[in-house]
Amino acid sequence: MTATLPMYDVQAVRADFPILARQVNGAPLVYLDSAATSQKPRQVLDALREHYEQRNANVSRSVHALGTEATEAYEGARARVAAFIGAATAEEVVFTKNSTEAINLLAHAFSERSIDPRFRLGPGDEIVISEMEHHSNILPWQLLCERTGATLRWFGLTDDGRLDESDLDALVNERTKLVSLVHVSNILGTVNETARIVARAHQVGALVMLDASQSVPHLPVSVSELGVDFIAFTGHKMCGPTGIGALWGRYELLLAMPPFLGGGSMIETVTMQRSTYALPPMKFEAGTPPIAEAVGLGAAVDYLSAVGMEAIHQHEVDLAGYALGALATVPDLRVIGPQKTEGRGGTISFALGDIHPHDVGQILDNEGVEVRAGHHCARPVCARYGVPATTRASFYLYTTTDEIDAMVRALEKARKVFG
Amino acid sequence: MRAVDDLYQEIILDHYKHPHGRGLREPYRAEAHHVNPTCGDEVTIRVDVADDRITDVSYEGVGCSISQASASVLHETMVGLPVIEALARHDAFAALMVGRGQVEPDEDVLGDAVAFAGVARYPARVKCALLSWMAFKDALARAAVPESNVGGTS
Repeated sequence: MTATLPMYDVQAVRADFPILARQVNGAPLVYLDSAATSQKPRQVLDALREHYEQRNANVSRSVHALGTEATEAYEGARARVAAFIGAATAEEVVFTKNSTEAINLLAHAFSERSIDPRFRLGPGDEIVISEMEHHSNILPWQLLCERTGATLRWFGLTDDGRLDESDLDALVNERTKLVSLVHVSNILGTVNETARIVARAHQVGALVMLDASQSVPHLPVSVSELGVDFIAFTGHKMCGPTGIGALWGRYELLLAMPPFLGGGSMIETVTMQRSTYALPPMKFEAGTPPIAEAVGLGAAVDYLSAVGMEAIHQHEVDLAGYALGALATVPDLRVIGPQKTEGRGGTISFALGDIHPHDVGQILDNEGVEVRAGHHCARPVCARYGVPATTRASFYLYTTTDEIDAMVRALEKARKVFG
Repeated sequence: MRAVDDLYQEIILDHYKHPHGRGLREPYRAEAHHVNPTCGDEVTIRVDVADDRITDVSYEGVGCSISQASASVLHETMVGLPVIEALARHDAFAALMVGRGQVEPDEDVLGDAVAFAGVARYPARVKCALLSWMAFKDALARAAVPESNVGGTS
């Protein structure tokens, strides 16, 4: 990249997030847990309020004016989300509750009885994931393999926190039906290069899913450039509300998949004997959907687009570089994951001597610094690097270098208490 | 600023840095293994009982200072107690922990475990303090069953 970005005005961004003005335990809030959930800008909060105050009605079932406006707002949000991820059409975006539901939706498309051979799965077939996955991209596949007798396999990790692709051709083979990988690790911060794996998967006729929960919020993502078949992501990690996420899939695949949940809105016609289904995405959206939440997510992608995803990504890479330098000054601190800014985002896990992450997190909280401590729903990663848990600081568009300095000062206090 | 010192009392830090009675020992009447799934902390507790008295509490585990210190205090305060008093101490500790800081601790019943009173004001840490105590109660219940089941693991 030779183009220079305009100066990133983090203070202007922060002014949009009311919560950042509060105090925690008598100290200014230093929110370093955006990988768990992001804070929400006023623009998203206003969109939620305006929806409920001005156009609250159920969608896709009413002829009245409010119903029409609510439906337009809901479908408008779908179109904005689709454009945000570079989808071919809005109909390729299925709204779900979160990434977990999106991944489970896809997992339930596979069965031994599937008419479409791409979704037929039984003994002898294989699904490939990695050791870097969040539990939400492990459990649905373990359960699917239990139901069908298929075999679950996975990429290991290198010592420096990256996918070990050395056995790619053996791991992804003619028995592989699906490769489902995390795009950006929620614990290590690693940004996975997917091109080689996608090419190999498609060469052997396997489908590819990316868990984009930590990439869509933080860097420019284009599904067409990635060349994958499905991605899952969630609204609350990208400045949107909780309770709304999405599965994006290539339309002809969504057409070939069976419904997930049965109920209202997902049908074409119903008799007591049998029913036929609506076209995607409605086929997968049974029941009243999270309408206001979808509208809020639409406002969130407008907000992120206005700041600029390239600018947000660069800001986070700069923060990661600053934090890696600052953390290197703390005695006995070991970063778990990539040690350089290349191929990583603004999520950094670390161990501080023998001090348990819960204790580190507690002392930091006492100073107003909110980090996550635990296994981050990625226990296999902790096991791989020989730690029961980690302390994790995760940055976003509103994070400042002053906040990283506050964390480093609080880490010194933790060393004093437990040293 | 909220004083985190209420949580990290000197006595807790001392038990954490210098745990008492750590390590699994023979003989034992029953064992229990408990896990805190939200943080991955684990503990294995063994209990030995003779003549209705706790004769040993041994343990092994991984976890934070609160969970490790509470196991050490458990050992310290339970060994030698009649079973009935051990159960009363357990119940008083559990009530204190879930009391959100509203329960007045009774040092006569609790012994050194009174140092954990401050933990009750940190709801996210209550499970850490209770992990080994809940495993102890499980093990003690198993110790009460007939001899044929002695030494069974969970």
